[in-house]
Amino acid sequence: MDISPAPATAPGAPAPEPDPARAKNATRPGDRVFLALSRGSGILLLVIMAAIAVFLTVRAANALSHDEGNFFTTFEWSANATPPVFGIAVLAFGTVVSSLIAMAIAVPVAIGIALFITHYAPRKLATPLSYVIDLLAAVPSIVYGLWGALFLVPHLKDLYAWLNDWFGWTGILEYHDGAPRSLFTIGILLAIMILPIVTSVSREVFRQTPRMNEEAALALGATRWEVIRMAVLPFGRSGVISASMLGLGRALGETMAVATVLSPSFEIGKSLLDPGGGTFAQNIASSFKESGELGKDALIASGLVLFVLTLLVNGAARMIIARRKEYAA
Amino acid sequence: MSEAMMDQPVITDTPSGSAPLPRTSLHRPRLPRWAPYALAAGSAAAGSAVGLAAGLGSHVQWGLIAALLYVLSTLGVATRVEGLRQAKDRLATTLVWVCFLVAVVPLVSLVWETVSRGVKVLDGTFLSHSMAGVLTIQPGGGVYHAIIGTLEQVGIATAIAAPVGLLTAVYLVEYGRGRLARAVTFFVDVMTGIPSIVAGLFVLSFWILMLDFGYSGLAGSMALAILMMPVVVRSTEEMLKLVPNELREASLALGVPKWRTILKVVLPTAIGGIATGVMLAVARIAGESAPIVLLVFGSQVINNNPFEGAQSSLPYYIYEQWAAGNEASYDRAWAAALVLIAFVMILNLVARGIARWKAPKTSR
Amino acid sequence: MAKRIDVSGLTAYYGSHKAIEDISMTVEPRSVTAFIGPSGCGKSTFLRTLNRMHEVTPGGRVEGKVLLDDENLYGAGVDPVSVRRTVGMVFQRPNPFPTMSIYENVVAGVRLNGGRLRKADLDALVERSLQGANLWKEVKDRLDKPGAGLSGGQQQRLCIARAIAVEPQVLLMDEPCSALDPISTLAIEDLIGELKERFTIVIVTHNMQQAARVSDRTAFFNLAGVGQPGKLVEIDDTQRIFSNPSVQATEDYISGRFG
Repeated sequence: MDISPAPATAPGAPAPEPDPARAKNATRPGDRVFLALSRGSGILLLVIMAAIAVFLTVRAANALSHDEGNFFTTFEWSANATPPVFGIAVLAFGTVVSSLIAMAIAVPVAIGIALFITHYAPRKLATPLSYVIDLLAAVPSIVYGLWGALFLVPHLKDLYAWLNDWFGWTGILEYHDGAPRSLFTIGILLAIMILPIVTSVSREVFRQTPRMNEEAALALGATRWEVIRMAVLPFGRSGVISASMLGLGRALGETMAVATVLSPSFEIGKSLLDPGGGTFAQNIASSFKESGELGKDALIASGLVLFVLTLLVNGAARMIIARRKEYAA
Repeated sequence: MSEAMMDQPVITDTPSGSAPLPRTSLHRPRLPRWAPYALAAGSAAAGSAVGLAAGLGSHVQWGLIAALLYVLSTLGVATRVEGLRQAKDRLATTLVWVCFLVAVVPLVSLVWETVSRGVKVLDGTFLSHSMAGVLTIQPGGGVYHAIIGTLEQVGIATAIAAPVGLLTAVYLVEYGRGRLARAVTFFVDVMTGIPSIVAGLFVLSFWILMLDFGYSGLAGSMALAILMMPVVVRSTEEMLKLVPNELREASLALGVPKWRTILKVVLPTAIGGIATGVMLAVARIAGESAPIVLLVFGSQVINNNPFEGAQSSLPYYIYEQWAAGNEASYDRAWAAALVLIAFVMILNLVARGIARWKAPKTSR
Repeated sequence: MAKRIDVSGLTAYYGSHKAIEDISMTVEPRSVTAFIGPSGCGKSTFLRTLNRMHEVTPGGRVEGKVLLDDENLYGAGVDPVSVRRTVGMVFQRPNPFPTMSIYENVVAGVRLNGGRLRKADLDALVERSLQGANLWKEVKDRLDKPGAGLSGGQQQRLCIARAIAVEPQVLLMDEPCSALDPISTLAIEDLIGELKERFTIVIVTHNMQQAARVSDRTAFFNLAGVGQPGKLVEIDDTQRIFSNPSVQATEDYISGRFG
């Protein structure tokens, strides 16, 4: 039944209303107040979203009109200088690269853990483990940042020197001395951070695999791995993809952990292991305090790009989920 | 339910006879039950030996070498003894276990480091004093001002977001079916994905740059509220949908107006789940630091008034103490991290406890 | 290639709960044996012990012997995966793999063992198996369509085709018609009559007319009470069981006096 908002609140008895009880209720003062309140809340949410888009765009437009460089290709962020020159090339590169490294590490491991919980671990281990994973998803990002800066970074030094010995010739895995507060380290840290969320969504998807499909595979003489390949993974594929996209969305927007660990610079280095680079969110948090009015607008402009980027990623994830629902129905 | 999809290893004997058995036979040479453990122990030993011999300083490398050796030796031995299919099965099992261990190491380390380094300066003084008059290079000082800031900011954010989120969810479940409801549903999804720094930038551009208010706890609360609303809407919606329609109809059939039905029948039935959702959302925003950096500005002294002047907050305090960059401030950062984790975990545990005790009877 | 099944002293547990107790029986090759009995009497559990599917349930374990010709399924060194390949199974609800086409469903089991099979061989196998399941004529023009798009009865015959494609020696059927309409049921029953030329078939059914129609021998299971283990009451030629059973409980059940 279609309760479009207008007739439901209209005073008097709305003739076309198909449900008389509902129509009568809607005319009571209590009902009208309550409906107005709850609908008002929904509208408030829409207004906030619109306001976010409008305000960010207006401030960003102001910044762009003063930008003496090219906003998309300039390798520099001197928004407070005269004339102001700033561009997001380095930030976009750093954001995308660190998030992709995070995905490359986190997604396979998350799938492994999800399978471990649903199909391999003894039940005594699986239940507490999935509980712990859910709790880890709640650890604040600044704590990951602190751990990353004071524990992870010193421990990666030797590993990077080793990687440099073996793979330094590739260029991207070259490493010179110094604390490795680099994009690759960020990637590892982000991977650890998004691991719980990707794992717990994948776990739920695998858990929903129809039991009868797994039994069908078993009855054909499949080993446990073959059961997973025949019944579990095909069933869970779209779910895992959308879980990964949700993780990617988090990695793209992560601020404080990156700001804590990365040693930023406005250049795109050839090596991923050497310090340098930056991400949208990190740059906003790090340069905020030294920014004047225009500098803040410039940061807002870069934030708008980040916003659009995460919207696209999340939108893609939702579309995959929606299609999966249709498929299941 | 399918944790035990494994074939119970009923058979523990070593394979009898190495002659190839006829295809129709049900027998198949199998590795003895202790084989994986033996291979694991051997690989660990070999990994350490290689690491020691090559003088590799980092234990991470030892672990990686051992894991690699384990995977390869399992694959090799199983292929020889059991055949390719079983070897693949064992490889998958091995990889899944390795994934589990690889993931457990950093997560355990994170918790361990925070707890062991955090307890160093965590005491009554630390919890009850601010940083007023303490130089960052000196030991001493505390988080009292940051705790006050976090509690106030999170409290205000919850006071804004919880009612709005709850009412929106009521609208979506109990009333909404038109175009407005679809739009709200869609934008709640969009809002869930907003990075916290973007929410901070919005409040900055609107509240501080345009309306020219100063930095304050309230400004931070507004950004936190924006992050919290969609979470509350989603979880409340799920809970309201679990309330059986028969309950609503029974109440309406008694002549109770719809709004009283919602208030007296629907919401009380779902209250446990709703409370859980709100608390999980609170736990999530309590750890947010990005908007605080932009909007609250940080402070060394106690500011009890969230509506005026800079404040601190636990996540901000951790960032600030880390940035100060000396041993005394690192100690304080870890201690504050421990306080923050404890706060968030307690909220989580309480929330899950509520969910367990007050789950609607229909949910299982 | 059909084989004889010889069960002696078989007891099955779920954790500490004893589901069936001390069952012994013989199933002749190239025959249809039906298991009947009230709900919860353990006939499905017993069926699942015949291809070691019972032990994939958490806590499931078995005591006793199941001989397939002369080999004990539960003997030392026996691989449950090989057992399930030798003893095929069809389930209560049709369960084709939802992400696979009809063709892929039929060859799913063969692909596991096959290594590199030539396309022509696979095509021939698919045709043979689908014909064996009386489904070829209905689906030969849409082999690349998803198996889930078929009707319930067709899906169940697809599952039978999938099971016989790996050429097992025994075929277990766990209430294969309980989710189907009467016409599809009839098609499956006809099929069972044809399949017994090639396989040893064991079928669990709730439908006594069905047992009478399709089986050569019938086993009646019963349990003393709720929580008690199920037991085999008697097994005999189907005609005997339905006309002149030797145990009173069997007669009561068949004549509808309980269960």
